[in-house]
Amino acid sequence: MTPELLLKQWLESRLPADAQTWLADAAAKLRNGSDTELYRSISLVTRKIGKADLAPTTAELKQAGVAREGWNPSDWSLDQAARIYLLLMSGTDGATFLRRLDQLCNTADVGELVAFYRGLPLYPDQSRYVLRAAEGIRTNMKAVFEAVAHRNPYPAEQLSEPAWNQMVLKTLFIGSTLHPIVDLDRRANPVLARMLCDYAHERWAAGRPISPELWRCVGPHATGDMLRDLGRVLEKGTAPERNAAALALASSPDPAATGLLWAYPELSIAVSENKVSWQTLAGSA
Amino acid sequence: MRFIDPHIHMSARTTDDYERMAAAGIVALIEPAFWLGQPRTQVGSYIDYLSSLVGWERFRAAQFGIHHYCTIGLNSKEANNEALAEQVLEVLPRYLVKEGVVAVGEIGYDDQTPVEDKYYRAQLALAKEFDMLVQVHTPHRDKKSGTIRSMEVAVEMGVKPEHVVIDHNNEETVKDVLDRGFWAAFTIYPNTKMGNERMVEVARKYGSNRIFIDSSADWGVSDPLAVPKTARLMLDRGIAAKDVEAICYGNALKAFGQSGQMREEHWLNPAPIDQRMLFEGNSVLRGQTPRVGEPAIVERTDSVVFK
Repeated sequence: MTPELLLKQWLESRLPADAQTWLADAAAKLRNGSDTELYRSISLVTRKIGKADLAPTTAELKQAGVAREGWNPSDWSLDQAARIYLLLMSGTDGATFLRRLDQLCNTADVGELVAFYRGLPLYPDQSRYVLRAAEGIRTNMKAVFEAVAHRNPYPAEQLSEPAWNQMVLKTLFIGSTLHPIVDLDRRANPVLARMLCDYAHERWAAGRPISPELWRCVGPHATGDMLRDLGRVLEKGTAPERNAAALALASSPDPAATGLLWAYPELSIAVSENKVSWQTLAGSA
Repeated sequence: MRFIDPHIHMSARTTDDYERMAAAGIVALIEPAFWLGQPRTQVGSYIDYLSSLVGWERFRAAQFGIHHYCTIGLNSKEANNEALAEQVLEVLPRYLVKEGVVAVGEIGYDDQTPVEDKYYRAQLALAKEFDMLVQVHTPHRDKKSGTIRSMEVAVEMGVKPEHVVIDHNNEETVKDVLDRGFWAAFTIYPNTKMGNERMVEVARKYGSNRIFIDSSADWGVSDPLAVPKTARLMLDRGIAAKDVEAICYGNALKAFGQSGQMREEHWLNPAPIDQRMLFEGNSVLRGQTPRVGEPAIVERTDSVVFK
């Protein structure tokens, strides 16, 4: 089943009759409809549909993953689902879709921006939206940034390495969290590891705390000076930071990393017995 | 006591103002679309401005625990540039039904030129079409006749008086506005328009029915604390607390609440932290000190009007 059909089903099973009628009418008018029609319907969504949680069931989430690999609407709301549904129902070619999306973003309110960026993985002709995603990452509004960065497969699939690295670094920089980033581990790279260690040094120099999650993208590429940084965390860090350093060392291919970790048997054991993980660390930091 | 400032141009103000407003008890404000002190020359700058009213500025206000609403319209000064006005009229419908837009505004007359009249009417028609309230800016010069004309044209265009807020009133205009069934707003300016001493006398004379006050603070000499300060003065001068509450909070909410976009529950029972929407909702995931849901209101003893 296509994403737009799924969205339609989910909305129909949750909306009261009058909202359903409005949505059906709005969608019907969009096939070959004007830009103005689309813009107005999309803005009207919060007034007509409200902003309750979509709260998809496990079965619905599974359907989502089948319809579009990596699509995770677990924390979407009804207005977001309806806005993206209407966009998809306008059924145009990639070029027109992009032009309209750009126009919509240029005059969007915060809620609309969040919806449009969450919809990125569902739009036609996926490679067209790289600049749009980059614009979302450039925002100063955290919710908008996270709409691109979190639970969204688009960045990992489409962003170049420099853009990806900037996104990960900015996630930490704005005090957000790394673990909801899709394919975070798959796209780890030596340049990012170096950038993150530099950032850690800046924070240390300023006497500021560092998110333990930072070390997650360092570990798989940690050698030399980076191992020294991890050693420093093992020695001086808080409990969650030490757990993070241990996890990072365990993911490093460098034999020196293993040696470093063995010097801390209790941490070494916790890692090998899966008593700590990046998931639990993200919750406890 | 809680306050609403139903007319303030926050884009021209600083975070220091936001801190002081929150500390003084302002829970919500309305930012009318206005000019920038000099005329815009391109529709593009209008688009960016209107986008900032529904986007960035709302986000910024919320970081200080203040609920930001806005009104959208082509102001009377810039209506005089007809080429620009035409283009602005075309983009307005894209903003009018966005979330948190409580009215078409601020619109009306400045010099009362024929072009101003044309776009005032065009926007009243938009308000009708979109089933919206109207916030009217009354002219500084030839005020009384300009105010009466604003009301007559609104009625002529089929907009109901109870759906229209007439702003920037004074002792000369208030009676006509109330008699005709419109809402009467007063701007408290430090030096011009209504001073807060005069406002106390207006409240004494006209009571608290359909009357409310605002600061209209902008890039000029103005006071973002005008509403709480005037409330303080009213109480000190013996105006009953329930009337002060109506003039400085309840009536603005009644008037603009008719839009369905502004509700007391927004600040009394704020929605649980919602990462999809505004800001710092990171506590859910990382156990950091949550700054949202309960934004930290900075203690500002230098400006706290009400404890």
